[in-house]
Amino acid sequence: MTPQPAPRPARQPQAAVGTPRSRVDGRLKVTGQARFAADHGPADGIDGIVHAVLVDATIGRGRITSIEARAALAVPDVLTVIHHGNAPRLPYRDNSFPDSIHPPGERLRAFQDNHVRFFGQPVAVVVATTLEAARHAARLVEVTYDAEPPQLDLVTAPAHEPDIYTRGDAAAALASAPVQLEMTYRMGRNHHNAMEPHAIVARWDGDRLTVWEKTQWVADPRNELAAVFGIPQAAVRCYSRFVGGAFGNSGRTWVHSVAAALAARELRRPVKLVLSRRQLYFGIGFRPAYEYGVRLGSERDGRLTAVVHDVRGETSRYERHSDDLALGRMLYDTPNFRQDVRLVPLDVNTPTWMRGPGWSTTATALETSLDELAHELGIDPIELRIRNEPADDPATGQPFSTRRLHECYTTGMREFGWHRRSSRPRAVREGDWLIGMGMAAGAYPAESAPAQAHARLGADGTVVVRSASSDMGPGTTTSMAQVAADALGLPMWSVQFQLGDSMMPPAPVHALAWTMASVGSAVQATCDRLRRKAVALAVGDDRSPLHGVPADEVVVRRGWLHTRADPRRGETYQQLLARNGRTHLEAVGGYEPPEEIRYSMYAYSAIFAEVAVDARLGIVRVRRMLGVFDAGRIVNPKLADSQAHGGMIGGLGQALLEHTVTDPRDGRILNANLADYLVPTNADATDIRAIYIEGVDNEAAPIGVKGLGEVVQVGVAPAIANAVFNATGRRVRDLPITPEALLMPR
Amino acid sequence: MRPYTFAQPRSVREALRGAGPDTAFLAGGTTLVDLMKLEVVTPERVVDINRLPLDGITLDHKGLHIGALERMSDVAADRRVRENYPMVAQALELSASAQLRNMASIGGNLLQRTRCGYFRDVSTPCNKREPGSGCSALEGINRGHAVLGTSDDCIASHPSDLAVPLVALSTVVHLASARGTRSVPLDTFYTLPGATPEVENVLRPNELITGITVPRSPWAAHSLYVKVRDRQSYEFALTSAAVALGMRGRTITSARVAAGGVGTRPWRLTAVERALTGRPATAATFEAAVVRAADGAQPREHNAFKPALLRRTLVRALTELQESR
Ligand SMILES: Cc1cc2nc3c(=O)[nH]c(=O)nc-3n(C[C@H](O)[C@H](O)[C@H](O)COP(=O)(O)OP(=O)(O)OC[C@H]3O[C@@H](n4cnc5c(N)ncnc54)[C@H](O)[C@@H]3O)c2cc1C
Ligand code: SF4
Repeated sequence: MTPQPAPRPARQPQAAVGTPRSRVDGRLKVTGQARFAADHGPADGIDGIVHAVLVDATIGRGRITSIEARAALAVPDVLTVIHHGNAPRLPYRDNSFPDSIHPPGERLRAFQDNHVRFFGQPVAVVVATTLEAARHAARLVEVTYDAEPPQLDLVTAPAHEPDIYTRGDAAAALASAPVQLEMTYRMGRNHHNAMEPHAIVARWDGDRLTVWEKTQWVADPRNELAAVFGIPQAAVRCYSRFVGGAFGNSGRTWVHSVAAALAARELRRPVKLVLSRRQLYFGIGFRPAYEYGVRLGSERDGRLTAVVHDVRGETSRYERHSDDLALGRMLYDTPNFRQDVRLVPLDVNTPTWMRGPGWSTTATALETSLDELAHELGIDPIELRIRNEPADDPATGQPFSTRRLHECYTTGMREFGWHRRSSRPRAVREGDWLIGMGMAAGAYPAESAPAQAHARLGADGTVVVRSASSDMGPGTTTSMAQVAADALGLPMWSVQFQLGDSMMPPAPVHALAWTMASVGSAVQATCDRLRRKAVALAVGDDRSPLHGVPADEVVVRRGWLHTRADPRRGETYQQLLARNGRTHLEAVGGYEPPEEIRYSMYAYSAIFAEVAVDARLGIVRVRRMLGVFDAGRIVNPKLADSQAHGGMIGGLGQALLEHTVTDPRDGRILNANLADYLVPTNADATDIRAIYIEGVDNEAAPIGVKGLGEVVQVGVAPAIANAVFNATGRRVRDLPITPEALLMPR
Repeated sequence: MRPYTFAQPRSVREALRGAGPDTAFLAGGTTLVDLMKLEVVTPERVVDINRLPLDGITLDHKGLHIGALERMSDVAADRRVRENYPMVAQALELSASAQLRNMASIGGNLLQRTRCGYFRDVSTPCNKREPGSGCSALEGINRGHAVLGTSDDCIASHPSDLAVPLVALSTVVHLASARGTRSVPLDTFYTLPGATPEVENVLRPNELITGITVPRSPWAAHSLYVKVRDRQSYEFALTSAAVALGMRGRTITSARVAAGGVGTRPWRLTAVERALTGRPATAATFEAAVVRAADGAQPREHNAFKPALLRRTLVRALTELQESR
């Protein structure tokens, strides 16, 4: 169904929303004036900062038997070495309030016992007045261990009880299906590798703690540090104005932040702690590795009768991180579906969200398996998908709010030149190169969460809107200013959106592609309210040209309040405020998701890829990629492209390059640097294009968006893997696909 | 902090004065500073050699002379190098990144250290870093490691791309020490790990590379470097091949072939050269010539693909070179 655009509330002309705007903070970023967490110091009134460096465990599991810090303490400028032997016991109160994003389990504590749970776990922190001294002294801390062999094998390690989803009778349907397929896919562990390393500056003023932290959610360091130190949440303030990329790695607060705050408290001095690039491979989470078994049963015409997913995913021994692996339940019309998800506790640090969390994982298994089925049946992969397109959500029975996946397919086929694909694998050759095309679909939930905002219109006609959101890179600061500008009828340059301070009106974690739906809706509601306040002031003011005009006959354009009928009859915000002796007008507002969800709401993707595979050398080159997205309203096509291109390049990495390599003997990460952990370079990512299917979804959010930032990576890796099969006739079920996998004798 | 003394001499003689086992010469620093930060290398004295007169690229009847301090990017861009020694320029351009090539010197490139992850991690045994401590790579992660020239004590591959065409072309390295100067063929300059993987070449502790000479040859101008890697830029070679062919009509009169990514040092393949010489430059000749290229290879768990990939890389290089005529 296509819902009608909502009649409420603005009816304001759209001047900024929907147009390609450059980032309002772009200049600050490229000129180095944007200050990220580690950049904070005296300019922010933080004087006397000292530097903390973590000492990491060099065993994969076991106990610390001794820590000898004398040599470290003897280094000039070193102030202290804190470890489990001398650290104060911290309250570590529970932090599992309703919207907590911490996984269930016992969180990793900073220096509270002698257990080593994974390779690289922080076992001590060294603080010195210079970074150099701290770094050097950290090497001099002698730690001895009683090491045990760690459990690191996802496939053989014992698993937790499975989490089971089932509908119909998948086993019976599978057994009687005319066509049956069984495959196992393996996906390597991935790290986010954001440009900005994790960093924190922590300062205590008496019992109050202030942190400048890299985070996707200023509320989380506040809540977590308050819980850890046993102080009220109101006693902690977190700032995070700029974030240099995160992709999910800064959703929750990691143990290094506690270490920094602890050191600051012990020393009564502000402490700065920045993880090294190497530490980013074990100090924070990662996309877990998976073993993903798929069994499909279908009719000869391709209609799926049974789908069975048997999944094993890694988590730590102390927490249960589980990705949302629900894609298989809703993407195709399958009456019989069963999914068993087993978390396998290993001696690793806890995984976390990474772009398209769970959904991109399932897409790899599901969408490759569909391609295998299409090949088996001799049906075009898109035709097969269309035959299994559900009318309503097969998991909930609810109608879809909007589902334009079919349109994504047809647009993609046309724009990509799908008709040029040979249905026979290994049929197209250009010199040494085997050419192939592949596609895959994807979806990601269009969710939203409560959010609030505050807007203040000054006498000079400029507006500041604030909400405790974050901007890890998508351009939230810019897109929120667009929303606010339209709601207030102001040019973009007179609106400033501020975020990244836990004292601001609350916003949900900047993740899950729900910030525009949540914070954007709150900003719109708040700015609508502010505009209506101004209009009410004008129409009730007998000195105003708008006196007596019905309020909803007044619109605002470029700061000029005027009647709908006569654009010349009006006045500016400045005139209105000055005449009424007001220094400002302000409004607070918010957004609450509806209590009852009546629709099944998702953003969708259809990804197309063309690859060339060197027949002799096994190297794969992605020649071009097209992503067609049904993401509801696009607030800023320029920012959307940067999201889409980035997501697709991330998917390219997942498919062909990215793999955190651990030594099975002790969990040591062998490629903990950006020369050895391969992310795509510009040369790998040449011709990438995104198309957005037009349309708003007013069920998903008042602002009409479904979220784009996650779905852009969902389906990319399987589209590439399917293209590799089409090019070579070889099905590689392990990601990343390496030259050696393609060269191995069949 | 590990204190070290720092000197910026202006002459070779001054640089060599007092040089000893704990001295490190600093050229571009892209290997040295990296390893110092990791504390894999901990010199007591760092001698910045960038002010020494060890630059210059000249071409004469003897060959191509390159000063040790010439930057990778400058050598790659030099017209004489590109025309007369194309595979040398290609190997340089396929190395590292533009930023690194702007900093890194030719001398430093030849002396860069292995990318073995255990070598770079001081918390794990490594015979090359700490003789006698054991080799973590043998039973560990060894996809990038060598299959040729390995020993029970070390299987680290030699990382330099440049060194591959240079050994193929019988390049000579010029060395200077307080005791005087000497010149050594690059092929014998590098040593096999054997029981002493900490020794990688015949350079003495107090000796400088001053430059190299790539001999003039009729075949160097007809040459090609092929590098196989997972991503298209900014990665060391899984395998690579440098091939140069001297031709009379369709007949190969002389061949120079070397491989990278597979050996504990840049690997000259004289048997392949012999198998090519005197034969017509055909696919059949190429296929036959490379059959034994990886003889004696000792693959480990993750690099078992290398011998086959090496043969294929060689055929690719020979074929492309032939087709480019
Ligand atoms: C991320 C990354 C990727 C890379 N990728 C590649 C690649 O794909 N292919 C490739 O071939 N290389 C690659 N490299 C290696 C790079 O080419 C070398 O680091 C560089 O060539 C070293 O030159 P330099 O002048 O910086 O040496 P330095 O770091 O200054 O010195 C290296 C060593 O040589 C010694 N030394 C230097 N000059 C002399 C001299 N004249 N006489 C005696 N001793 C000397 C130093 O003491 C030191 O031990 C990469 C490096 C990095 C960091
Ligand atoms: S291969 Fe060589 S460099 Fe690597 S761990 Fe073994 S001894 Fe060390």
